[in-house]
Amino acid sequence: MKEIVVLSGKGGTGKTSIVASFAALAQSKVLVDCDVDAADLHLLLNPKVKEEKEFWSGQIAFIDEEKCTECGLCQELCRFGAIKDFEVDPLSCEGCGFCYQVCPADAITMKDSMSGHSFISETKYGYLCHARLGIAQENSGKLVALVRQNAKLIAERENLDYIITDGPPGIGCPVISSLSGASLALLVTEPTLSGIHDLERVIGVCRHFGIPVLVCVNKYDLNEENTYRIESYCTNEGIEVAARISFDNAITEAIVQGLPVVEYSNNKVTQQIKELWQIISTKLEK
Amino acid sequence: MIISVASGKGGTGKTLVATSLALSLIDNCKVQLLDCDVEEPNANILLHLAMKQSQPVYISIPRIDETKCTYCGKCAEACAYNAIAMIKEKVLVFPELCHGCGACSYLCPESAITEEGREVGMVEMGNSGNLKLIQGKLNVGEAMAPPVIREVKKYIDPASLVIIDVPPGASCPVVEAVKGSDFCLLVTEPTPFGLNDLSLAVEVVRKLGMPYGVVMNRVGIGGEEVEKYCHREGIPILLRIPLDRNIGMLYSQGISLIEGMPQWREGVLRLFQDIKDMIAASRVAK
Repeated sequence: MKEIVVLSGKGGTGKTSIVASFAALAQSKVLVDCDVDAADLHLLLNPKVKEEKEFWSGQIAFIDEEKCTECGLCQELCRFGAIKDFEVDPLSCEGCGFCYQVCPADAITMKDSMSGHSFISETKYGYLCHARLGIAQENSGKLVALVRQNAKLIAERENLDYIITDGPPGIGCPVISSLSGASLALLVTEPTLSGIHDLERVIGVCRHFGIPVLVCVNKYDLNEENTYRIESYCTNEGIEVAARISFDNAITEAIVQGLPVVEYSNNKVTQQIKELWQIISTKLEK
Repeated sequence: MIISVASGKGGTGKTLVATSLALSLIDNCKVQLLDCDVEEPNANILLHLAMKQSQPVYISIPRIDETKCTYCGKCAEACAYNAIAMIKEKVLVFPELCHGCGACSYLCPESAITEEGREVGMVEMGNSGNLKLIQGKLNVGEAMAPPVIREVKKYIDPASLVIIDVPPGASCPVVEAVKGSDFCLLVTEPTPFGLNDLSLAVEVVRKLGMPYGVVMNRVGIGGEEVEKYCHREGIPILLRIPLDRNIGMLYSQGISLIEGMPQWREGVLRLFQDIKDMIAASRVAK
């Protein structure tokens, strides 16, 4: 079983459209959406939710007004600025429990916090493991780990060849959590200076965690000069650029139709993505 | 006045809008642009300021003096993040898990724990005339963006107009960046992904309780659903930017909209006037 995670650094480069296409192209796989705080893959795969679970993670402090003597110790010690006027701001509280441990009046309790939901769904392309982080919640890294664990169990149970993961943007906590132990990271970039800058940083993260990478330049013809720059940067770094994908409104039209682009049209973009999947699957067979 | 520019979905044009506001307003007042997308800071790709100062960001992690430690285990018990573990007569510290809350050092009965700084990122500053850029940069391989965002926001100068470029998503880094703002602009695009992620961002802003409005980018792709959603929810659409290959081309080359297409300045100034009016109206309502 091989796990491919699709990342980009910069948001909006086309990760989800590519993962949805792989969903239609790969034979034996389970799909995962690790972008738990702004998940979109389900919008292209039309999932039927089979299992929904609450995700409880972390705690939040509560101050009992009646017991509180307003001594101010908690306020003074909290490094997250979460306590003001003897009240906890749940959005700032990081659940460390420092206040709870030091309160001389035992006025503070720590309450478990429901941070989201995880789902296992069926789609016409196979299982999809996804989640929805509660609004403004923490612990996206842990929810990502849970979603990946769900996928791994399914892949083992059903003896599937691939876990294909749509990753979050950025390089922080949920990205690191999506990445650890994956067989390959496909980095989708675009030929803009921001795209290049962000690609370099996400390559750094993959290297830091020892994950092999492959790059794909989406909307390559938007600025071919920048595409060359990306390709020569990658060559210098010993990284393979596996595909160039054209700028094509069909990708957006497919999103509007709620379909993977390879199921929506049969033009150049579809051919390019098919070839990309071919390269990835061959690489993983080795 | 603090205006944050957020989006939910990545790649919708937050940085384009934030830099356009900053560059349109510098003729009238002092402007600080805070790049709080610390995982992938891109504002300076469009502003080209020389970064003159840089300051490392540290979080405090425990250092245990084994000559004083009696292996009582109180620190490990106190740590909500499992960053300290006791194994027989040995204390293990896992710095990547530490949030720097300070509970362990405070609660150690032997005063065997001191704190030392662990660098997790940088704050860099540059300026030109009325414009000051303060950007945070999370170190590659680090998971936690909020401490870097908090550090960037310490530089807020109340005498300036402050514009915050927010990371994508709807979880803790977004809250950290947006909270305390007088207004939040949400940048979206008229696709199902744009709509889904906009509705998540709207929930975050409602939770934070501040006036907000939408900038619709790439008008012309996708459909009417975002317009309908905004209408239904009573959310004003304050600016529409059409799908225009020239705008994309400028962005790809690192040229800001105001520099490349100065005719946009007027529209952006109107947007700013609308924001000011909405802030004033919400103060009256309160």
